[in-house]
Amino acid sequence: MPEDALLIHDLRDVLGSARVLVGRAEKVLYGKDASALDPTPPSVVCLLETAEETQACVRIASTHGRPITPRGSGTGLAGGTVPLGRAVVLSTTKMNRILEINTEDRIAWVEPGVLNLDLSKATDPHGLHYAPDPSSQQICSIGGNVGTNAGGPHCLLHGVTSAHILAVEVVLPNGELAMLGSLDADSPGLDLRGVFVGSEGTMGIATRVAVRLVANPPAIRTLLADFTTIREASNTVTSIIGAGMLPAALEMMDANCIRAVENWAKAGLPLDAGAVLLVEIEGTEAGADAEAEAISAICRADGARSVRTAASSEERALLWKARKSAFGAIANLKPNYYLHDAVVPRTRLTEIMEKVLEIAERNELMVLNVFHAGDGNLHPLLVFDKREPGVMDRVHRAGGEIIEACVAAGGVLSGEHGIGLEKRDYMHLVFSEVDLAEQRTLRNVFDPHGRWNPEKVLPTGSRCGELQHVPEGAWI
Amino acid sequence: MSVSLARSNASAGMKDFASEVGAQGPVRVIGGRTQWNRGRTTASAGDLSENSVREITAPTGVLSVEPAELIVRVSAGTLWGDLDRALESAGMLCPLDAPTERSTVGGVLSVGESGFRRLRYGHIRDLLLEAHYVNSAGLIVKAGAPVVKNVTGFDLCRLLVGSIGTLGLIGEVVLRCRPRPQQQVWFESATANPFDVRDRLYQPSFIGWTGDKTCVCIEGSPVEISAERTSLRTTSADWAECGPYAIPGGRRISVRPSDLRRAPEEFVGQTWLAEIGVGVIHLGGTDSVVARPALSASVQQLNEDLKRAYDPSGRFNPGVQP
Repeated sequence: MPEDALLIHDLRDVLGSARVLVGRAEKVLYGKDASALDPTPPSVVCLLETAEETQACVRIASTHGRPITPRGSGTGLAGGTVPLGRAVVLSTTKMNRILEINTEDRIAWVEPGVLNLDLSKATDPHGLHYAPDPSSQQICSIGGNVGTNAGGPHCLLHGVTSAHILAVEVVLPNGELAMLGSLDADSPGLDLRGVFVGSEGTMGIATRVAVRLVANPPAIRTLLADFTTIREASNTVTSIIGAGMLPAALEMMDANCIRAVENWAKAGLPLDAGAVLLVEIEGTEAGADAEAEAISAICRADGARSVRTAASSEERALLWKARKSAFGAIANLKPNYYLHDAVVPRTRLTEIMEKVLEIAERNELMVLNVFHAGDGNLHPLLVFDKREPGVMDRVHRAGGEIIEACVAAGGVLSGEHGIGLEKRDYMHLVFSEVDLAEQRTLRNVFDPHGRWNPEKVLPTGSRCGELQHVPEGAWI
Repeated sequence: MSVSLARSNASAGMKDFASEVGAQGPVRVIGGRTQWNRGRTTASAGDLSENSVREITAPTGVLSVEPAELIVRVSAGTLWGDLDRALESAGMLCPLDAPTERSTVGGVLSVGESGFRRLRYGHIRDLLLEAHYVNSAGLIVKAGAPVVKNVTGFDLCRLLVGSIGTLGLIGEVVLRCRPRPQQQVWFESATANPFDVRDRLYQPSFIGWTGDKTCVCIEGSPVEISAERTSLRTTSADWAECGPYAIPGGRRISVRPSDLRRAPEEFVGQTWLAEIGVGVIHLGGTDSVVARPALSASVQQLNEDLKRAYDPSGRFNPGVQP
């Protein structure tokens, strides 16, 4: 198409041919994320290396009136980086340098394409780590984490991404480079840093990020508590928090998940359990021991058949490998899955878990539960084979029912994955029109022309005139 | 446009507050006036038009304390002292750590300056989970939710903290809490190097430095305090238990944590207290109007655009700039 040819020509003037991808296969690859949405190929993919290049590409895309979709590793689970409307995808995967580790200020400056786990590996020799640890941390990028305000098991104690981002250098929708936040204790002006984190690519693109580093704890205790039923495990979560204890992580896996994971992870998970809780405690040696003992006692009092303590760092790593690989393990069960990320008040966990199981059973679907129980952040995975006639209708229906039940319990649509396209049309369950208008105002200030990741997050979409419909297979 | 199914769950207090705010005329919410000069410019402080600004107060009351959720729902006009006492009786802590007991919850959030426990618990901006506020059209808006983890939509809560009542007027909030530490102990030393203390201790709540003395606040169970105390002894021999250090209520200077090493040369002849590991220096004296550091042109523009978008007639807290 001639218009694409002009756009591609202009972009290649800045990046050269090798970093402007227009091949069919490449565009399909960059047309999707890790959600189940079908791909919608963009017009072109730019592999950026510098902030200056980013600015130039943003200006070119704007001149050509094209939507822009920023992209990190593409591990998103809500369609946030699925590009719509002949978009220009701005990929940060090549911006992957750790620029500075400052041990006194306990900060690191990184480019957005740095992988989450690589950062903690680099800071570990200094006795520091980057606390947010999404299950995809081996492959997800810091820039993507900023985009979704990502979470992870250890966010229970340490807080989510937003609490760990001190400053972000961004290219704004108007092409200007701006520093949001600062390394000083207080930043003057409105908290634009806080607004940008979690904005899902609608307010600009990060080109450099200053993250807070957390001291490695002197001692870690990892417990695996084995319960006969999900109900007992859920009740125990409430008991632990209610007893005035806040572990570093408090995760749950149900029976279906345990079996799927144990088959290949061989972590010694009890195959006959109804659910297990994986609890991690950080502290001083004596403090962690005392807390581990107290939590073990609570687990037993609430019905745990056994509480196993990881005896070595290898055993701890194996238990976490089992937990964090759960999403991959389900491939052994069925070819497709649909994942939710709703959050409920933690005291409602028991009733919601029962509701989730009832919804899945009624819709004749298999559900696996592996989630951040301490935060009340559910991850029910509906697994299925989409070639099976009629299954999609049941998946849609069950997904909707789960979300509605969580919202009715005082919860929200997403705890860490974001809204993207997948959850967008559920936003009206949580927010009134007035509430949504206030959020729209914020987005419009940053992006008055509605070109940045249009149609994402807010239900009314954008003003961009050339948008195609939401892709086939989209579950929204 | 889809029609929202979300039910309005505004409390009676919020509805009354919204009526009081109304849709017209300059208005500001008065808290405890304990950080009154924050955001004021030298020009606005003596502005005659101040008299035309309607001054109102936010609703008061601790609405629900929920230890099993580790959250509290509280009206914005509630005094910090009242909230802290309600939380203490439930075994909870919300580390807002306002300058005085008379500071209001809404005032502290609107000013957005962290309290003395920031080293351990982080910035107060991360404590705000849900806010009900009145916008410049007089409508009640909900931002966030009463859960501890939430990325459902754009983060208006972060925008409100530190906006000094210029974008929306906070009436009711849900705050994240922590289990209240069993004990709190303060130590001081005349010989310890405060930066060394920062490196040796696991999670002190506060490390203060006056140039002459280093003080430390350690909180937790007796076992945890004992372990930290052992680490403390490796930094100096003269640690002695002391009472809590008062944070001077005068000027607050913000730098990078490592810049604090230069404090003795920078503030010769002055009384100061530095928050080690955080980067805040409190100077003695009274709260006064201090010019805001300049913003870059693009950030300044965004600040102005946001103000115009949320408060087109400039009716909220005129003369104040976050």
